[in-house]
This record gives sequence, structure tokens and C-alpha cells, in this order.
Amino acid sequence: MQKPADIEQLKKWAKQLRMDVLMMLNKAKSGHTGGSLSAADIVTALYFYKMRHNPKEPKWADRDRFVLSKGHAAPIQYAALARCGYFSPKELTTLRRLGTMLQGHPDMKITPGIDICTGSLGQGLSMANGMALALRLDKRPSRVYALLGDGEVEEGQVWEAAMSSAHYKLDNICAMLDFNGFQIDGAVTDIMNIEPLSEKWKAFGWHVLMIDGHDMEQIIKALDDAETIKGKPTMIIAKTVKGKGVSIFEGKYQYHGVPPSDEELKKSIEELGVSVEGWPLLKILTSNT
Amino acid sequence: MKLLGTREVYGDTLAELGALNKDIVVLDADLSGSTRTSVFAKKFPDRFFNMGVAEADMMGTAAGLASCGKTAFASTFAIFASGRAWEQIRQSIAYPKLNVKIVATHGGITVGEDGASHQALEDIAIMRAIPNMTVIVPCDGIEARSVIHEIVKYNGPVYVRVARAKFPVILPDDYKFTIGKGVVVRDGKDAAVIANGLMVSHAIEAANILGKEGLNIRVINMSTIKPIDRDLIARAAKETGAIVTAEEHSIIGGLGEAVAAVLAEEFPAPMKRIGIQDIFGQSGTADELLPHYKLMPKDIADAVREVITRK
Ligand SMILES: Cc1ncc(C[n+]2csc(CCOP(=O)(O)OP(=O)(O)O)c2C)c(N)n1
Ligand SMILES: [Mg+2]
Repeated sequence: MQKPADIEQLKKWAKQLRMDVLMMLNKAKSGHTGGSLSAADIVTALYFYKMRHNPKEPKWADRDRFVLSKGHAAPIQYAALARCGYFSPKELTTLRRLGTMLQGHPDMKITPGIDICTGSLGQGLSMANGMALALRLDKRPSRVYALLGDGEVEEGQVWEAAMSSAHYKLDNICAMLDFNGFQIDGAVTDIMNIEPLSEKWKAFGWHVLMIDGHDMEQIIKALDDAETIKGKPTMIIAKTVKGKGVSIFEGKYQYHGVPPSDEELKKSIEELGVSVEGWPLLKILTSNT
Repeated sequence: MKLLGTREVYGDTLAELGALNKDIVVLDADLSGSTRTSVFAKKFPDRFFNMGVAEADMMGTAAGLASCGKTAFASTFAIFASGRAWEQIRQSIAYPKLNVKIVATHGGITVGEDGASHQALEDIAIMRAIPNMTVIVPCDGIEARSVIHEIVKYNGPVYVRVARAKFPVILPDDYKFTIGKGVVVRDGKDAAVIANGLMVSHAIEAANILGKEGLNIRVINMSTIKPIDRDLIARAAKETGAIVTAEEHSIIGGLGEAVAAVLAEEFPAPMKRIGIQDIFGQSGTADELLPHYKLMPKDIADAVREVITRK
């Protein structure tokens, strides 16, 4: 049985992960800031509350699976994996470097805790369906969580997969949509309107929940509710802010694929209210080794 | 050496041509800032269509536009242009021989930090395999500009690969590209390096290294991979007797194999292929990845020395 959520502790973790993301990206001098930060609270809730997983046994057959369909947000998943203990937080300093286990986009072959390779948008839900079918065939208790972007759902394959999840009544799937309103070229409504979103998923046979994707209590409740829905997959549409957590990045699509500069990192540290002491990673990241 | 971005040149040239030719329309898939079609989009918003993150839909829409008389340019990263929409390109663009120009940016390993998912190392192979498709990889910004001008004059499907990284400028300002024609950029008689894209500049450097050893190396810029310049290849084999190919692409199905086929049929000669050795890429900077995958002038020079021993 699941332990009750410690909301305050989860909020602290979310801050830590945001911090890790910004430092990683600053050090790597490349990577995706906006979409990593908007997903921080959701990813925190999954790794530190909802998912059944064991960092000591990353390939545990009965674990829940996580598909980061919007694979460019890999830094937030890497931060979560490191803080859960899949590997040392020191590894985070190697993001995107030659020879690193932390590739620009998730790689299941070399990173402990990564369940599938992503990075090319629109393919994740299909793979989640495959996992859900296999887990159901093997009568495993595992659930499959998939995180999609709102720009990403412009890919036709997403809707092919949406049809399949419902057709095969995959109630062991819980998909989440990081509804931050922006893609690379601008606002989603300007580039390619995806609305009405909730009606679309409902029409495809999904149970749909709409939440504030930065309200930890709402995220927890939605994840718990999804588990009780039988006979159909659940989509949690999480309204989020791109770049959430640090005001300089919030709501700015220009930071989609731009890492924080040193100056921006300093401001972020101040704003997140994270003291340098007690954040061992910061020391690692700021030293020039 | 002066550096110039082939994608920057593409964006600027497209915008210039857009003013002269009202039939040019441009499509992109949420990467217009990176592909530089945004330059055209700002000048001609009515003739620019952002299709969102939907490459297959973009290719089909480009085909429809072309079927009604438009010259349709469709751009996104090379991996998504060639890979994600391959069958749409084959069925909707190449089979009806429609006037669609697929200009794919971020080709090759120099994409860098994004890693394997974003590094197109097979695009030339899979585009080359489609009938009616012309396939071009310009070697620098000067050539990229001329390529864009020439493909607008040609009526039919074309795939052009440009890069994220800036390339050294090696051609003269007045250089003029011709579809299907390779160019000898440095003459020599001891061996020939046939290259395209970034590797042409690396081949020239290799030739300089070997020149110091008394070897006289011909360098050919084979920017059109299809239709390939058979005569130039056969002549190089006859006159030099040893061939090395160099490409920022898998050794399977790209320039190397295209040249090998011509050699086998026209004038067999010892050869060696420089390229990605049938493996996926990884994250890293372009400057780290090029030596890691043995795509440097030194690697080309080693290959040349080796083929010469087999003459
Ligand atoms: C198939 C494919 N096309 C294009 C891209 C390039 N790309 C990376 S992120 C992105 C925008 C995604 O927007 P969204 O899903 O809203 O992500 P978020 O806002 O959560 O970062 C694009 C077009 C890609 N990774 N995959
Ligand atoms: Mg978005």
C-alpha cells in the first residue's frame, strides 16, 4: 500500500530537481530549459511518490515504467534518477559530454532507470502501449506513465496511439500532458492549434483529468484517481508554465532550447532560495574540474 | 579560415528568391528558427506555413502545393525530414515527381550535443534509394547558395542536406553549382579523395598533409550524390589508381557506396570509405565527435596512404 504523500517534502524535492536541472544545463552549455522546468513537479510526484520502482534494481520486472515521450526534457528525469539513487549526482555534471551516460536524449542502453529511448517526438505513447500490453499479458501489477508535450501532440502518431490505448482498454496507462502552451517556434495556439484538447482525448475514449501541473496536491490526487479508473486509459492534462520556478524563464518560449548563462544561474539560485551550503552538487558543478 | 553556416545561407537565399519568384512557398515543422526558414516567413508570411511538429503532414501538404504549380520548400532537421516522413516523400512527392525541395538542416554528426536521436547519419542512403530523387550535400556556404538557386530552376523533387555547424569557406565567390556535376577542387595524380559536405575541407587539409610527404592528391567535391558524376569518378580512378571517399554519414548507402558502385562497373580501383562505421552517434561537441568518429584530415590521410599501398 502506498504511503500518504508528504506534500512539503515533495515540494522540496521539486526545488532540488529544478536546481539540478539549471546547474546541469549551465555546465553543459546546451539543452532544454523551459520544458524541463515545466515538468519538474510532475516528475517529482512520479519518482518520489507514485511510481513503484527500486533504484537498487533498475530492471526490476514489476516496476512501473516511465516514458518521457518529450525526450528533450531528459535533464529533469536525470535529476530525479540521481536524487533517487540510481547513480551519483556527480554524474549530472557530465550531461551531453562525450562519453557520458547522460545523453542529450534518454538512452535506455546506458542510463540506469531509463526504460526506453526517446527524443524523436510523438513516439512515446506507442511504446507505452506496448509496455502496457506486455505487462498485462504477464499479469504484472506495474503501471505505465508517459509524459507528452503540448507541441508534441501535433504528431499524428500520438493520435494513432491514443486510439490503440483505448481500443485495448489499457487502464494500466496513465499519460500526462505538460500543457505549457509553447513549442519551439512560439505559442502552440499560433503554430498549430491543438484545442479543444480535453474533448479530443475524451472522444478517443480516454478518461481525462484537468489539473494545475504545479500544484503538488492536485498532481498527487490525479495520479491516485487515475489508478482507480478501470477499462480505459487516463490522460492527465496538466496546465503548466514553461520555465516554471524561475521568473526569468517563465512563459518564455525563447528558453526552450537555451541553457541558463552564469548570470542567469546566479539569479536562479537566489530566486529558488537554495543556499550553496547543503547542496553538494552545486560545489561539484561550480568547481572547474 | 572564414566560417559560414550553410543553413544561414539557405535561409537568406530563400528569402531573396522569394522576392523574385512568387510561386515559392515554404513549409516548416516547428523548427523555423533553427532551419532559418524564419527569414522567409518574416518577409512573406502569406507564403509560409508552419505545420507544427508534424513532418509527415508537412511533406504531404508540400506535395499538394506543388501539384497546383507551387515550388514548395519543406524544411526540418535531416533526421525528421528523411526518416519520419520517408514513405510520404516516396509516395506523395517522388512517385508523382512533384516540385518539392526538401532542405534538411542539422545533417550528420556535427549536430553534436543532442545526441544519436538527432544525428542523421543515414539520410543520404534512404533518400538516394528513392527513384526521381536528386540528392545534394553542399560543401560550404558559397555552394549552398548556388545550390538553392539551381534547384529552383530544376522541376522535380530534391533533397538538400545542410548543417548545424558552420563550415570553412573553400570555394570562390563566383563558384556556380551544376546538378550532377562534381568539381575537382585540387588536382593530383597519386590518389583521389572524393568527398562532400564538411569533409571536402578536411580532404583538402589531408591533401596538404600528404603533399608534404611528396604525395600529390586530387580532391573532388561530389556535392550531388544522385545523379552521380560517373565520368569524373571513372577518370579519377584511371588517372590516379586509388580512391578514398569521405562523408559525414554512414559508410552504408551514402557517397562511399555510390562511388564504389561506379568504380565496380566502370573502372575497378582500390578504395576506402571514410564515414561513420555503421554505428549510432552520441552526445558531445562537434569538435569532439569528428575525431572520435575518425572524420578528421588525419584520418583521411591515413586512408589515402593505405589505399596507395594497394595500387
Ligand atoms: C519528430 C520530432 N520533430 C521535431 C523535433 C524537434 N523538437 C524538439 S522539442 C520540440 C517542440 C516540442 O514542444 P512541446 O512538446 O510543447 O515541448 P515542451 O514545451 O514541453 O518543451 C521540437 C519541435 C523532435 N524532437 N522530434
Ligand atoms: Mg510545450
